[in-house]
Amino acid sequence: MKINDVILRTVTRIVVFIILTFGVELFLSGHNEPGGGFIGGLVLSSAFVLLYLVHDLEWVQKGIPFDFKKIAALGVLLAVGSGIGSVLFGGNFLEQATGVFTLPVFGETSLYSVSIFEAGVALTVVGVVVTIILSISEDV
Amino acid sequence: MMNNIIAFPMIIPLLTGIILVFFRNKVIVQRIISMISILATLGISIYILQKVLSNGILRLDFGGWLPPYGILFVADSFSMLLVVTTLVVTAILLVYAFSSIPKAFEKMFFYPFLFFLIAGVVGSFLTGDLFNLFVCFEVMLLSSYALITLGGRKIQLVESIKYISINVLSSWFFLLGIAYLYGSVGTLNMAHLSMRVAEVGQGPVLTVISIIFLLVFSLKAGLLLYYWLPGSYSAPPTVVAALFGALLTKVGMYAMIRVFTLIFYHEPQITHTLIGIMAVITLIGGSVGAIAYNDLRRIVSYNVIISVGFILIGLAVSTESALQGTIYYLIHDMIVKALLFLIAGTIIYLTGKTKIEKMSGLIQNYPVLGWMFFVTMLSLAGIPPLSGFIGKVYIGQGSIEAGAFILLGIGFLSSIFVLYSLLRIFMNCFWGETIISVEDEVPIKKGMIVPIVLLGILTFGLGVGVEAIAPYVSDAANTLMNPQIYIDAVMKRN
Repeated sequence: MKINDVILRTVTRIVVFIILTFGVELFLSGHNEPGGGFIGGLVLSSAFVLLYLVHDLEWVQKGIPFDFKKIAALGVLLAVGSGIGSVLFGGNFLEQATGVFTLPVFGETSLYSVSIFEAGVALTVVGVVVTIILSISEDV
Repeated sequence: MMNNIIAFPMIIPLLTGIILVFFRNKVIVQRIISMISILATLGISIYILQKVLSNGILRLDFGGWLPPYGILFVADSFSMLLVVTTLVVTAILLVYAFSSIPKAFEKMFFYPFLFFLIAGVVGSFLTGDLFNLFVCFEVMLLSSYALITLGGRKIQLVESIKYISINVLSSWFFLLGIAYLYGSVGTLNMAHLSMRVAEVGQGPVLTVISIIFLLVFSLKAGLLLYYWLPGSYSAPPTVVAALFGALLTKVGMYAMIRVFTLIFYHEPQITHTLIGIMAVITLIGGSVGAIAYNDLRRIVSYNVIISVGFILIGLAVSTESALQGTIYYLIHDMIVKALLFLIAGTIIYLTGKTKIEKMSGLIQNYPVLGWMFFVTMLSLAGIPPLSGFIGKVYIGQGSIEAGAFILLGIGFLSSIFVLYSLLRIFMNCFWGETIISVEDEVPIKKGMIVPIVLLGILTFGLGVGVEAIAPYVSDAANTLMNPQIYIDAVMKRN
């Protein structure tokens, strides 16, 4: 018997965007408040996992044509790269910098180089979580 | 003063591993990048080793956070000697991997995992922070879990379950020990720990904590708690087994030596005696195992265990010459164990058999392989001028100085068992009537014999040219004997 999942499908369409937005919000608030790359990444990946649950693998693959293993690698590259970046600027390995910039729309904003590291963490988490879930589901 | 360079022996392998993921299907590109990267790392490490000898211990505070608050890398002669040896052995093993690892493995991230493993090993050698040591151990172990299961043959999966569960358990104990230690002295920076432990005195609580660390590192090094080792090291492909045999137990031994010379050196009657007893039992158990089995891979794995016991005699005795011997023997053992595993794996590849009584007369088919095995055997037994000799002499000298005659006796007796166990392989496999006719002979690949010969040259060179590394080794032993040198280097403000 085929399960009627029309409610799940309809709700998912909206909820996925809420989850994704919340994930980004958690990621950005991470510097001074609870949140950060790891948690943000987990929330982001939960959105992808929900999509995989509701639809089949091929359907999602068509919409998100990335190899999640490579996304994980890209994340680690970004994180390690941000550490090496400080060496290029003459600092210690993994040293972080901060500065206040005036941006259009946002006005005066302080930006942290640690965000690049965090973005790497987030990408890694997304890549690894989705890869794990996919490998398990493909095996069954 | 910034010493960013000392982070590079870990960062380059890490970055290489990541970059190789993107070249998953381009095997040739992966090989070229791997080789270039490992040679570059080796060059940098040799430069650092040289710099440490002339400028003293170097340290790098990550992110500019001064010790004891931040995490840091510390490069002293001991750690750099091991890093250089690791990289030399890995570079040679890579050549073997090129010709022996199936294409399918190379596409399943073999090289990335290998580089992550190296990053973990190098990080463990260089870190100056106990928690960071735990992290580097985990990096190394996670990669080794992947490497041991790669291929997914039944025996690999059986052994990997044992290997993973025992290591997860010991990691948990490691974490527990770290928590206890932080709870009692309030720091995890190794130099700072050493100061604090010296200030409050190593009382019963701290001694118990030190024994938890002893337990953890014994599991990783295969000291007494080695029952998982022969199985796990027999399962994976030759080059992975060689990598494990050459490097992984050494990291456990390094951690043990570091912790018991730098931090917990105040109660040697308890801790070092215990290490001595464990070393003796390990030597006996390893010797029995090495002569009891007929399976080539088992014999070779038990030889790893014997050398663990022998190396840690040096730590149990802890005189300057014994520690010098330990360092020499560690370096020698990394090279020669890689060689032994490669030869054993090559024999199995050529004959398709693992039981030694089923082979015969291989030396007539493969003379170079036979003679290299002979050299390995002599080197492991400690015959001059090969590299095993100098380490044994110093460990023996140290034991005599300390009056540890039981350790001395059993240590040297074990060499005879090593010699006997390998002589059995030599006589069974290489001597006698050849059973492979010229037509059936599997040709030995160049990529397999070249690394074996290179490692053979290295063990010979290390034995003859021991003068070249003597200043580094005596500097390393001096630092181990005098923790204050290490502490001053880490805690000084600059």
